[in-house]
Amino acid sequence: MTDTTDLSAKIVTAMQTVQNQSDAAEHGINTEEWDRLITRLGRHPNLVELGIYSVMWSEHCSYKSSRRHLSKFPTKNEFVIQGPGENAGVIDIGDGQAAIFKMESHNHPSYIEPYQGAATGVGGILRDVFTMGARPIALVNALRFGEPDHPKTRSLVAGVVHGIGGYGNCVGVPTVAGETQFDAGYNGNILVNAMAVGLADQDKIFYARGATPGNPIFYVGSKTGRDGIHGATMASAEFSEGDEEKRPTVQVGDPFTEKLLIEACLELMETDAIQAIQDMGAAGLTSSSVEMADSGGENGEGIGVEMDLDKVPQREEGMTAYEIMLSESQERMLMVLKPGKEAVAKAIFDKWDLDAEVIGMTTDTGRLVLKQHGEVVCDIPVAPLADDAPNYDRPWNEPPKRAPFDLSKYAEPADFADVLLKLMSCPDMASKRWVWEQYDRHVMGDTVDSSTSGGDAAIVRIHGTNKALAICSDCNPHYVAADPFEGGKGVVAEAYRNLSAVGAKPIAITDNLNFGNPEKPNTMGYIVKAIEGMAAACGELNFPVVSGNVSLYNETDGVAIPPTPVVGGVGLIEDVTKVATLKGAQAGDKLVLLSETQPHLGASLYAREWLGLKGEELGPPPSAMLDTEIDNGEFIRKLISQGVVNAVHDVSDGGIACAAAEMALAGGVGVSFCGTEPGEGSELTQLFGERPASYLIAVNDDQWVKWDSKGFLPTVLGKFEGDSITLKTGVSPNIVDHTITLEALRDAHEGWMPRYMAGA
Amino acid sequence: MKAGVIIFPGSNCDRDAITALKDITGQDPVQIWHKTTEWPKGLDFVVVPGGFSYGDYLRCGAMAGNSPIIPELKAFANSGGHILGICNGFQILTETGLLPGALLRNAGLNFVCRNERLIVSPNSSAFTSEYQSGSEIIVPVAHHDGNFFADDATLDMLEGDGRVAFRYADNPNGSARDIAGILSENRRVLGMMPHPERAIGGHEGGSDGRAMFTGVMNALATA
Repeated sequence: MTDTTDLSAKIVTAMQTVQNQSDAAEHGINTEEWDRLITRLGRHPNLVELGIYSVMWSEHCSYKSSRRHLSKFPTKNEFVIQGPGENAGVIDIGDGQAAIFKMESHNHPSYIEPYQGAATGVGGILRDVFTMGARPIALVNALRFGEPDHPKTRSLVAGVVHGIGGYGNCVGVPTVAGETQFDAGYNGNILVNAMAVGLADQDKIFYARGATPGNPIFYVGSKTGRDGIHGATMASAEFSEGDEEKRPTVQVGDPFTEKLLIEACLELMETDAIQAIQDMGAAGLTSSSVEMADSGGENGEGIGVEMDLDKVPQREEGMTAYEIMLSESQERMLMVLKPGKEAVAKAIFDKWDLDAEVIGMTTDTGRLVLKQHGEVVCDIPVAPLADDAPNYDRPWNEPPKRAPFDLSKYAEPADFADVLLKLMSCPDMASKRWVWEQYDRHVMGDTVDSSTSGGDAAIVRIHGTNKALAICSDCNPHYVAADPFEGGKGVVAEAYRNLSAVGAKPIAITDNLNFGNPEKPNTMGYIVKAIEGMAAACGELNFPVVSGNVSLYNETDGVAIPPTPVVGGVGLIEDVTKVATLKGAQAGDKLVLLSETQPHLGASLYAREWLGLKGEELGPPPSAMLDTEIDNGEFIRKLISQGVVNAVHDVSDGGIACAAAEMALAGGVGVSFCGTEPGEGSELTQLFGERPASYLIAVNDDQWVKWDSKGFLPTVLGKFEGDSITLKTGVSPNIVDHTITLEALRDAHEGWMPRYMAGA
Repeated sequence: MKAGVIIFPGSNCDRDAITALKDITGQDPVQIWHKTTEWPKGLDFVVVPGGFSYGDYLRCGAMAGNSPIIPELKAFANSGGHILGICNGFQILTETGLLPGALLRNAGLNFVCRNERLIVSPNSSAFTSEYQSGSEIIVPVAHHDGNFFADDATLDMLEGDGRVAFRYADNPNGSARDIAGILSENRRVLGMMPHPERAIGGHEGGSDGRAMFTGVMNALATA
């Protein structure tokens, strides 16, 4: 039999051992931070304290490299109830209801263990949303993998998709939209960004802030195990070959427990029992308790926390305070209850068969005090852990400007239909049916339009009402790599456009900024300029950032990923019967372009996939045209609300040629069309050039005559008819038809991914 | 019609079923928690909803099939009550023995969520009374373990007795003889993998599922 007294004494002694600078270095704390630590603390920390400092001061928890730049984001408009700084952002959607949403990355864990990494990414983002009192109603994911030929890519795709499906399907929240792209730049470092959207009543929103001294701290959900220890620190370091061996730091997800936790928390939130609540995400019990203490007090002045770690439900015996505090076991919540509410809370968690224990009390000392086996194993002030964490002004270099793209250097293709076929079946553009058919897109019964139609944004009805939310995720990393400022603007503008394209008023965004090592001035330059570009667009479009996540150190063996600031957009639809998708085109409809911007082949899909260009030679991206974006967005929303369109699609990768082809495939009807100026200039550029602020519309004659287009120049490019797609060049009598049948295009477009995954 | 919906831990289509029943009957169905052993009085129709009861960490439906409510559900079936088991609910009904056969992992091994074309088989149940025999309807599926399996004798018996309710036009999961849903001997218990409660109109699932609920409602009203 184990002598538990002896073991306890050994643990306490180990925990209380005073640490020095070399111990700190092993925890990722550099010299400057060590000096800061011992100055603030006035002594050397013990092992538990050092562990807590290391995770709280990690990039992942402290945003120490990005914080000063993130402050450039506009975070307010007339709809914003809660901006960044809480578990998720909150917007007013009318009728006393709120949408609560956030996007978060699980890049490093998903590369090491794709199934569990992706699954727990979904679990974590769901908790961020229901912690605030919202019932999750939609999931979205933005995935980026290495080049298809890379030996690891196929198994990573399979693992990540199965992980997302395995978690989301079981927990019963529909996965309604997403994007999946491939690029050699992600060979050693894939991106798995998950977004959750929830729905709450405005008078029942819960925050991490506001806990007052003298109240019970309540732990609920799964038991704490030894999994995921130092996950936050891992997510703050570069990768090197062989890091798959870090697998024990990846957490294991249990969607069944998450489902119970959602129901139990929402049931408890119906009572008046909770004063403050925080999920245990990265850095687990440490960050949840520190964040609640730091933002506690009636005026946010901060409070203290005292916890008895022996009371924490534990999965195995002999766990140390260090392990308990740093564990990232999933499906756990920490809350501060109002006095006397313990029994109410306990009864609800008993009903759902979940562990629930009072593990401590809030105090007025401003200190984090932890006890184990009757001894104090940690006693440190809270403020330096959070507010006073390092905040670096990292040196950065202005990203170089690219020379203009010179189309004349390259031979013009003879048959544009060949180009269309190639672009529509390339890995980025090919149908991702193989992915989204593995996600339950319909559970909860409110999915009006999902990935099924290949549309610009998913439409999810607000349960029991005639309103809906439109949700999208966007990023064109090629534009950001080419010019982070313009590319950053373009990312936000595309989200604005995608929401407008279904008839939704764009309200706000969440962001997920994925970059390389911020300690390298060149990488830092992309971070700074992309944020500035995004911030500029958010400001002009009145489309603020309400939540987000920064994922840095996405590098393997010194090579950074392409700069990938992903945006998740949310818009409001007042009448769900007045929406548009890209699938409604009918035979006989006109194909109309609403644009007023110039087509552009720099950094385009054509340049990448047809010409096979890379890096510098791709040239710069199109500049965002934010004024036009607003005007055209408002006009398109008006047309949709008037019911005078059959289908709408935004123009993005592959220009009007690919956008029209997507509408034809979705509608099951052919289309023939020309460029904007047949016979003039480069018709290749007119057809495949990418242009901001632009939409294609399918409209019948009755609808067309009802358009009030004053101040706009919608251009009729062609007509939906037949069962082929025809791109027309030249003028009569020398018109050339470039034709491909819908069937052939569909086979190529739908066929790539299943063939690839089958290894064919 | 007084309807009820059983809720297990991990059920996640309970709300979908409640919404459909409320929309179609105009009344809130009774929510029956799985730990209850007291069956609500006066029920005519019970839905065993989809989801991942107990996480389906054991064989799908196996844990729920042994839940405290199950003896009451069986008694309800024996008394001639109408029961609709959808998806996980179908799996649970096979585990309880109320319906024969078993649901195996999909032949393609992946979870599959899409709108499927179903053919209404000739049968004489309330569930299909408002569909034309042989007609085609579209109902969404969303499952990982929907591959219906039974021995040949059982399959012959089901077909011979007119107990196949629906077949897939494009079998998505490898089900024996394309079977998507089967009936009990008295035609009052239907288990099916597709989700009629997600096809009641106003969303991506279409509206072909409504007639299943109105069929039961009207049959009970005239009974």
